[in-house]
Amino acid sequence: MHWQLDLFILTLVIFCALAAISVKDLLSTAILFGAYSFMMCLLWAGMGAVDVAFTEASVGAGVSTVFFVAAVFRTTRRTKD
Amino acid sequence: MKFFGFLIVSLCGGLLLYASSEFPDWGDPDSPASRHLSPHYIEESLAETGVPNLVTSVLADYRSFDTMFETAVIFCAGLACLLLLRKYKPETDRYYRHIPTGVILHFKNSRKSLPVGSEFELMDADWVPYDLVIKTVCRILIPFIQLYALYVVAHGDFSPGGGFQGGVIFGSSLILLAISYNLRTAVQRIKERVLGFLCVLGVLIYAGLGVLCMFLGGEFLDYSRLAAILPADPVHVRALGMLGVEIGVGIAVMAVMAAIYVNIASAGRHDEGL
Repeated sequence: MHWQLDLFILTLVIFCALAAISVKDLLSTAILFGAYSFMMCLLWAGMGAVDVAFTEASVGAGVSTVFFVAAVFRTTRRTKD
Repeated sequence: MKFFGFLIVSLCGGLLLYASSEFPDWGDPDSPASRHLSPHYIEESLAETGVPNLVTSVLADYRSFDTMFETAVIFCAGLACLLLLRKYKPETDRYYRHIPTGVILHFKNSRKSLPVGSEFELMDADWVPYDLVIKTVCRILIPFIQLYALYVVAHGDFSPGGGFQGGVIFGSSLILLAISYNLRTAVQRIKERVLGFLCVLGVLIYAGLGVLCMFLGGEFLDYSRLAAILPADPVHVRALGMLGVEIGVGIAVMAVMAAIYVNIASAGRHDEGL
């Protein structure tokens, strides 16, 4: 993979991580985690670790986002701090 | 408090970064990892196991014991979710819809219940009318997702994927059913008992294959011993043993994912949810 593309995706990963801890709305945090996982999945695929990328896409970006959304649905949507 | 959190995080992060400078370079041929074991896996694994995908052969054959306990960890996660969240007392606040007229009845703090059937329908407190488009699209999509999941499990020897990914995809097709219809429909289709049974069955298939190899005179999870009971040549038998193990992992992961979702979305009541 071109290093420019790699650097761009890495920047997006860090941006997603920072946004996920600073946003007050927990539903947005869940979606940001999904985006984070998807970017990581792209990075794994770029390194040639296709199995890891597949797991990251299905577990990280797919099911865990649904679990987070379900947990937000059963608790509160806004954080206190 | 926030300052202390930041301090701890930056301390740990700094230590990790400092330690990572000691690592060998990415893909360094002289690193200890790629000097002893990796050449053996890369050069011999196709001849020894007959599986073209190296990742699968390392995961499900050379390091099978490791993967078995990974499956056990998934099983424990599902079990912990069930033990923490499951509530067996049904909700006393119930809503029924009279299907012919569309009138909604609300039962407050009552033990009485109406017979659910063609006349009355139990419904969620925050019920929204089901969207025809979403329902139809999901109805068309779900069989294809499940077929793809089975393909990922069965084709794990040859292409990326395997029991874990296939199981997660199959589990998410059940979750899609619960989201697009409602939780009650999904729980009716695949009951809690069935889910629990499948969780255990998956781990048992894995461990059982290992024990079977022991009975046939080999070591735990030594698939080449299965040649005594399978009509295939000894190299291909190891690939078949891997497939059996992957099926076990897939079943366990599928059931655990669905069980965790049902428990979280309904707060352990298994009646209404997202």
